[in-house]
Amino acid sequence: MNKTVNQKAWFFVIPVFVLVAFNAIIPLMTVVNYAFQETFGNNVFMWEGTRWFKQIMLSERFHASLGRQFLFTFIILFIQIPLGIAIALTMPKEGIGVPVCLVLMSMPLLIPWNVVGAMWNIFALPDIGFLGHSLNALGFDYNFTQQIGDAWFTTILMDVWHWTSLVVLLSYAGLRSIQPAYYQAAEIDGASRWAVFTKIELPKMKKVLTIAILLRFMDSFMIYTEPFVLTGGGPGNATAFLSIDLVKMALGQFDLGPAAAMSLIYFFIVLLVCWVFYTLMMRNEAKQ
Amino acid sequence: MSLELKNVEKKIGLETHIYPTNLKLQKNTINILLGSTLAGKTTLMQIMAGLDKPTSGEIWFNNENVTGMKVQKRNVSMVYQQFINYPNFTVYDNIASPLKITGVSSDETKLRVGKVAELLKLSGMLNKKPNELSGGQQQRTALARALVKDSDLILLDEPLANLDFKLREELREELPKLFENRDCIVVYATTEPSEALLLGGNTATLQEGKIIQYGKTLDTYNKPNSLVSAQVFSDPPMNIAKIKKSGDQCSFLQNDIQWKTKLNIKDGEYKVGIRPHNITTYKEGNNTLEIKGKVLISEISGSESLIHFTNGNLNWVSLSNGVFQKNVGDEMNLYMNTDEFVYFDQNERLVSNG
Repeated sequence: MNKTVNQKAWFFVIPVFVLVAFNAIIPLMTVVNYAFQETFGNNVFMWEGTRWFKQIMLSERFHASLGRQFLFTFIILFIQIPLGIAIALTMPKEGIGVPVCLVLMSMPLLIPWNVVGAMWNIFALPDIGFLGHSLNALGFDYNFTQQIGDAWFTTILMDVWHWTSLVVLLSYAGLRSIQPAYYQAAEIDGASRWAVFTKIELPKMKKVLTIAILLRFMDSFMIYTEPFVLTGGGPGNATAFLSIDLVKMALGQFDLGPAAAMSLIYFFIVLLVCWVFYTLMMRNEAKQ
Repeated sequence: MSLELKNVEKKIGLETHIYPTNLKLQKNTINILLGSTLAGKTTLMQIMAGLDKPTSGEIWFNNENVTGMKVQKRNVSMVYQQFINYPNFTVYDNIASPLKITGVSSDETKLRVGKVAELLKLSGMLNKKPNELSGGQQQRTALARALVKDSDLILLDEPLANLDFKLREELREELPKLFENRDCIVVYATTEPSEALLLGGNTATLQEGKIIQYGKTLDTYNKPNSLVSAQVFSDPPMNIAKIKKSGDQCSFLQNDIQWKTKLNIKDGEYKVGIRPHNITTYKEGNNTLEIKGKVLISEISGSESLIHFTNGNLNWVSLSNGVFQKNVGDEMNLYMNTDEFVYFDQNERLVSNG
């Protein structure tokens, strides 16, 4: 069959292209522009090549914030995924409890991020906050603005409070999609509750859990607002995760070149991890 | 060995899912529960298995009251409409899973799984996972799981409904062989009359939570005790027409077609049920009636022709062997075999055959 040549079709692609250009390509190119040059304002640029990239890659400050970032993401994934599944398993399957639980679970997700930060800041204040004051009254020496451990504890607790619901909702959806016949078949076999969980529920939830892990990885790896409002990266740099450190460098110190280089590296790390994760997931799918 | 339901009733809230039911199933039989969706087939099976408790009534197995006994203690197996297998297990492990739990030795497990796998043509795919298999193979795996453990009671809940036509035909033919020489009671739920006829055994016709009739499959088919039972056991749906009998003369109420009958019943009005395959485009049997029809729809399925037509103010369905191409609106003559007419009284109870 002969294909007719029709270049007019390009017109239909233009709107998408323009949109993507404005919201992704052009801003990204500005960053690329800064990453390879030095500027002193007045639109004067000097070519610096890969100097900023080398500087960032070798900087201890970057290593430290990257390390903190991975540690934070790892901890919250380690808590939120099992906790989310556990809560989803205990949620009711029918009746009035279902909508009640779903609404309650969605609440934290609906609160603006900076409000979450501000809420937890007040909640955790050692002198007047409910959490801070109670902990101190119970005899714990708790002060998240001064002690590193407490700052981490509070930040992680806040993130768990804020985002576990997402894992719960996804897991719950996964669990609900398992046909009742599977449970009956297991019952007939005489399978234990644990066997039902590992042999039926987990395999059946694999896809939604992959999505949950991916989403939670990306969100936590790029976390900014909540810790910024809660601890501002402190005490010292103890909770200065990558994005907080990046903003400090770009807007605090006005080191535009290194900051641009850092944001590109940051971007590639996220992209790389997501790509690896996605490829592994897809390879498993293809195998089956 | 026998399974007996005594006055079993199931209510959920105010709704009655199963009306009080008595049923006795003997060993080494295939028992078919035939009825449309929501007739209560699945509920009844779950009660038989012990997956669900009856609201009232008792279930007896081998002269032992097993009402409320947990399913794990009952040595039953079940196959579902959906292909239910453990997703992460290989076919071998799936088939072996009921044996593992009961603690059968690994040598014996190997032997028994091998035997069942061969029976179900799964020998070549024992190392595959369920989602690498076709729907037909997945259902074979589920069947193998049900057969491997020598259950007293095997329940099959529309096992072929989710398969495509070709696979369904194939498996349908194998099924009766699978249950031969097994010391167990098989209960098989289906919506399709043809499946019931093919499997033989006994059939119970169900409608709206009631067992209408139970008996040998052919008896249930040939001597429906009521119009409802006949309708459940007829696909395409049975033709029903009102008739008037006076002396040995019968006639339809809405046209002047008449025929003679040997029926020894009182004069009056009756209903007659005519199965579609007893109205054909050719004469069949000794006593045929001619009926004029105007074609409504004509479908050819395989080597059969299904012709819907009107006569009087009634719609009729006829099923003939062979391919007959008819156009909508065509006038044609069809032939009814009066020997196969089924007569029902005003209360829709069977009067007599032929």
